[in-house]
Order: sequence, then C-alpha cells, then structure tokens
Amino acid sequence: MTNLFQPWLVPILPLLGALVNGLFGKRFSKAAVAAIALTATAASFLVACVQAAILLQSGHPALEQFYGTWIKAGDFSVNFGIYLDHLSLIMMLVVTGVGFLIHVYSVAYMEHEGGYYRFFTYLNFFMFFMLTLVLANNYLLMFVGWEGVGLASYLLIGFFFLKDSAANAGKKAFLTNRVGDFGFLIALFLLIQRFGTLHYGTLFVVQDSALSRMPIETSAGILTAIGLLMLVGACGKSAQIPLYVWLPDAMEGPTPVSALIHAATMVTAGVYMVCRSNAIFSRAPIALLAVAIIGTLTSFFAATIGITQTDIKRVLAYSTVSQLGYMFMAAGVAAYSASVFHLMTHAFFKALLFLGAGSVIHGIGGEQDMRKMGGLRKYMPWTFWTMLIATLAISGIPPFAGFFSKDEILWQAFSSPHGSKIFWALGAITAFMTSFYMFRLIFLTFFGEYRGAQPEVHAEHGYDDHGHGTPHESPWLMLGPLVLLGVLSVVGGWVGIGNRFEHFLDPVIQKVSTEQATAQNGEAVTTPVSEGEGAASESKVLENILMGVSVLIAFAGLALAWFLYIKRPELPAQIATSLGGLYRLVLNKYWIDELYKAAIIGPLVAFSRVVLWQTIDQKVIDGSVNESAVAARDVSQIIRQQQSGLVRSYAGWIAAGAALVVAYMVWMGTR
Amino acid sequence: MTVPISWYLLLSAFLFACGVTGFLIKRNVITLFMSIELMLNGVNLSFIAFATRLHALDGHIFVFFVMVVAAAEAAVGLAIIISVYRTRETLNVDRVNLLKL
Repeated sequence: MTNLFQPWLVPILPLLGALVNGLFGKRFSKAAVAAIALTATAASFLVACVQAAILLQSGHPALEQFYGTWIKAGDFSVNFGIYLDHLSLIMMLVVTGVGFLIHVYSVAYMEHEGGYYRFFTYLNFFMFFMLTLVLANNYLLMFVGWEGVGLASYLLIGFFFLKDSAANAGKKAFLTNRVGDFGFLIALFLLIQRFGTLHYGTLFVVQDSALSRMPIETSAGILTAIGLLMLVGACGKSAQIPLYVWLPDAMEGPTPVSALIHAATMVTAGVYMVCRSNAIFSRAPIALLAVAIIGTLTSFFAATIGITQTDIKRVLAYSTVSQLGYMFMAAGVAAYSASVFHLMTHAFFKALLFLGAGSVIHGIGGEQDMRKMGGLRKYMPWTFWTMLIATLAISGIPPFAGFFSKDEILWQAFSSPHGSKIFWALGAITAFMTSFYMFRLIFLTFFGEYRGAQPEVHAEHGYDDHGHGTPHESPWLMLGPLVLLGVLSVVGGWVGIGNRFEHFLDPVIQKVSTEQATAQNGEAVTTPVSEGEGAASESKVLENILMGVSVLIAFAGLALAWFLYIKRPELPAQIATSLGGLYRLVLNKYWIDELYKAAIIGPLVAFSRVVLWQTIDQKVIDGSVNESAVAARDVSQIIRQQQSGLVRSYAGWIAAGAALVVAYMVWMGTR
Repeated sequence: MTVPISWYLLLSAFLFACGVTGFLIKRNVITLFMSIELMLNGVNLSFIAFATRLHALDGHIFVFFVMVVAAAEAAVGLAIIISVYRTRETLNVDRVNLLKL
C-alpha cells in the first residue's frame, strides 16, 4: 500500500495535471479541465498526508529519497532527491492543502473568464514548482522550484494579459524577483566554493560536518556573506524591504492567485529558505540581525501603508507584506519555529481573507474599491462571517490562530538572546495597526449602507457579464473553501499551545548558539544554572503580561476602527486632511515606487536607451553591418557601369581582351 | 609555284580585322551580322590554308562545322532581328539596351 504513495508523486501529480491541461485542455470542457486539475491536487494532498503519517510514525527526524544524479562534476554532485523533515512536512501540507481548497474555489470563481484551462494549467504548474521547492534535498533543486514559482507567478499575475497594468505588474514581479535570485545564486556559489556541496544532509545533518565545525562569526565572514546573500534572495521572493514593491502590484492577477501565490504559499518561500538555512544563520549573528531588522521595518512600514489603502486587495497585499515581516522578525531572532508557526497560521487566514475578498468582488460585480462597498453583511452572510474569523485571527485576538503565532513571535522578539525590546515595541505597534486596518476593511466592506453604483460598474474589469443588480452571495463551491479555511483559522493555532509546535520543529532547528558559545569561549554562559528555576517562572509571568498587552493592543485597534468607521464615519476624512503631508506620504506608499523609478529604473532605462540601444546596438552593431553593405554597394556601383546593355560596348571589351591576349602571346613568343 | 602561306594568313587577318572594325563601329544590326560572317570567313580561310599546307583533313572538317554553325546562327539571329524590329521598331543596337542592371 505504501508503495503506491511514493513521495515523488507529491510534486509530479500536479505536473501531470498541468501537462494534460496545458497540452489538450483547449479541447476539453470546463468541467473536464477542473476535474483534472482538482484530481491532481487532491491526489497530491492525499499522498502528502500519507507521507506525513509515515514520517511521524517512523520517529526519524527526516526521510530522504534519491532518484538519481543530476549533475556530476569532479567532487561536486547534485542529486534529484526528496528530503522530508518536519519543516518541509508543514510546508508540503500547507501548499497541497490550501492549494487544493483554492483550486476548488477557482472552479467557481473563474467560471466566466476566458482561458479557463490556461488558468488551471498555471495553477497546477505552480503547485509542482512550489512542492519541488519545499521537498528538494539540496539547494540547487530548491532553486529550480524557486525560479519555477517565479515563472508561475509571472504567468498568473499577467493572466489578464490584454490589460496593460496586469502585463506590467507581471513584468515588475519577475524583474524584482530576479534581483533577489541574483543574491541567492551567489550564496549558492559561495556554499559550493566553501563546502563543496549543496546537499542539506551533508551540510546540516551529518555529524561533524564542515559547517558544524565552523565557529560563530562574531565579525563578518563567509557565513555572514552567505547569510546576507540568502537574505537578498529571500527579500525578493518574500517581498521584504527593499524588494517588496512587486507584491502589491501582483494583485492584478485573479483573486484566487493572490490567495494561493501572493499570500499563502509562494511568498513564504523566503521564510522557508531562512529557516531551512538556520544552521548558517545561527552561526552568523550579523546576518541574523539583518534579517530581524529588515523583517521589523517591513512589517512596520507595510502596516502603515495598509491603513491608507482603499482597494480591498491592496490592503490585504500590504497586510501580507507586513505579516511576512513578522515571520522574518521571528527568524531574525532565531525563533525559527515561531516563524514557521506564523507562516502556517498566516497561510490559513490570509488565504481565507483573499478568497473572501474575491467572493466580495465577485458578488458586487468586479468592484474593488472599499469606498464603494458597505453593508454587504446582509447580502453575503457566509462571506462576512468567515472573513470576520480571519480578521480576528490576523488581529491576534484569542483564541483564533493568529493570536498564538503572533504572540509567540512578539514574545520571542522580546526575550530571545538575539531579540531586543525595539523589535518587540515595533512589532506591538504593528499589531495595533494590523488590527486597525483589518477591522477598517471589515467595517467599510460589510457594515453601514451599500454605497456601490447599481448598474454595470464591472464592465471594465472583464468579469462575468450576467447582470448584477444587487450584491449576491457566492455559490457554494466558493463558500466551501471559505468555511474550511475559517475552521482552520480558528483551530490552526491550537497546536501551538504549550510550545508543542516549537518542539515539533526541534529536529530541524540546530541549537548551536549556547553549546558553541561555551565551547568557543570556555567562559561561563551568562545565565548561571542555579537561577534557572526562578528565572523560568519570572519569565512565565513576563510572558503572560506581554500576552495580555498584545491582546489589549489588538482590541485597541478594533476599538479605534469601530470608533472611526462606525461611530464617527466623518472623522477619517478630517484626520486625513489635518495630517496633510504625512497622510499623502503614506497614501502614496512613501513614494517608494516613484523613488525606484527615478533612482534605478529611470537611469537604467536611459542608459539602456542611449548607450546600449542607440550607441552599441544601433551604431556599432547595426552600423557595422550597414556600413559593409553600403561599401559593397558603392564598389558595385562602379563596376556595374560596365554592364551597359550596349552590345557594341561588350564587343569592344571582348576585342580589347583578345588583342591583349594576342599581344601577350606575341611578346612571349619573341622572347 | 605555290602562293606562300603568309599571303593567305594576311588576307585572313585583314578579313577578320574588317569584321571586328565593322562590328565595333556600325549600329545597324544587320551590318553587325554581316561583320560576324566576315570574321568567321576570315578564320575559315586560315583553317583552309593550314589544312592544305599540312595535308591534314582536320582543318577542312572544322570549316564545315563553322559554316554549319554560321548558317544556324544566321537563321536564329535573323529571327531575333525580326522580333526585335517588331517590338522596338528599330535596328539600331544602341537603342536596344534594356538588358542591364
């Protein structure tokens, strides 16, 4: 029986689905296309569950399977292989599980769109690469998945490719990711150069590996360089400062895509990569600090932008950036398990939020501006209640999932040896803003009166064309995934009660810092053993206090949103006017896009246009070709005068030639 | 007493030179044609002269070949001339110069 559930099936099944739909889908009916895509994903999820059970029952820290050699060059070799440990297990289950639900949702959501088979091909294609990314047993295979999800993301953002903004957003995402990939690639080269392998097992697991003998780098060294370059890669994929700009624009894609790729799974690849490389980061405190700083800043600034946005999907996009910042913050204080925990709960509630937003957009005919919504609670109760659950979860209100993971992150940021009170303070402020803008979204969308125009507002969005008089609830095929994700958003956090989740990831996370520190310095570790018990109970009290604070913060955000958008709905506009410049600064996303355009894109385009295009391409390359052609033509121009078309002139030349020959022969004869 | 071969050759060269000159300076196609015949016959004369002198048949045979080719050429050439005259209404070769780049 277990032979049937080979681990390689997990990524291969979606690939098969993509191939069948991609090659023949045009001739299939919509139902057939959906059935193929759903079967592939569901089967993949099933196999993933079986694999998970096998791993957990076996009691091994990891299962590894080889399927042959990919590259062999001297001592260096790369295998095809699957590496399943507790970290990739979680990722695999999240990707296949949430992915399957979003597939189901898409069946109804994309019903009226063109390119139905194309959409499901891309979705399955994405699943294949994402699973390759998380299940690979070495960094190079991970990089294949890494690039593949980038491609799938590009294809899906630009899915409505006739729309200029969608095509541009796809390009932007792809190019921004390239910048990150550049860093990741160099990190891989450095790994090869220093350790001669990219295989996780050889790098991290094997006793006495070259890496485990490396000391903690107190000043910059090779591991710091690798860590920082990996961080660049992670910033690109996970939309962190300074490479976050593509994610909000990625909302041009269909909403299920935003849910699957740009919220729940692909963007967490960077977090996964950092956690996977925890042995490297733990030995490079400088790189770790950089991760924490970038994460904290990103979560803070993205949250401020989220407050001012009016497009429902953009609010969620900035919220995603902000939550990813939390995960980086957690990873940056070496709390990898908290990071992955938040990754998992975030996958549930953010997928739910996006799908709910999609349901809203679907229900009112393609409108995305929250100012034109309102009062939808009574039109679409299921969407409302599930989105409310997700909002409570993301705001960190107990007992919903987000509370446990976010609280864990804040606590770790506060208490971890790598942490700092500044991280905690910024994280807490961000939590307040998160709660505020999420409830702002809920209040603007579902409360008050419906502010939307009744007829034909959706024409330009290319959505379905059956008449939308009033908002309506979505079909059950869309609500089903919402409900399931809603349940997960409630119970998903309970696995973290009593630090169970932290211990679940213990086999993956190497505890390097303390042992190595003592081994290195030989001096006493700062916390004496005798104080241990007292300190533990003291920190328990502190943890509970901080937990209370974060709950209070969440409710404060809720209350402020209620006050501003329900009680005194005229106030926000007044505040906006009174803040003036600051408000415009945040509304325009700190002019970051404009700054990038002026500082990087503008000069790059100008350089490309003037030097590369007009000088090198047009003058040097085209010029040399054209000039040689002109030269040949000019010479021919002279010679072609001989071909006059006059018979007598030809005859004259022949006679002259003959005379020359005769003269030559005569001259030779006389010698 | 026999006529020295050089006389034949001089006559042959003279005939050939007349043909060349005529071909180069005349414009009428038919005159050009006649110049060609003159050149061919000049060459024929030297063939005959050598053949007689060397008592070899090759030269005679060559002459017959040349005469056959000349006759064929005259037939084709005159047909072309008629055709050219019909389309261009002229026999001036300098005005029949379309065959160029």
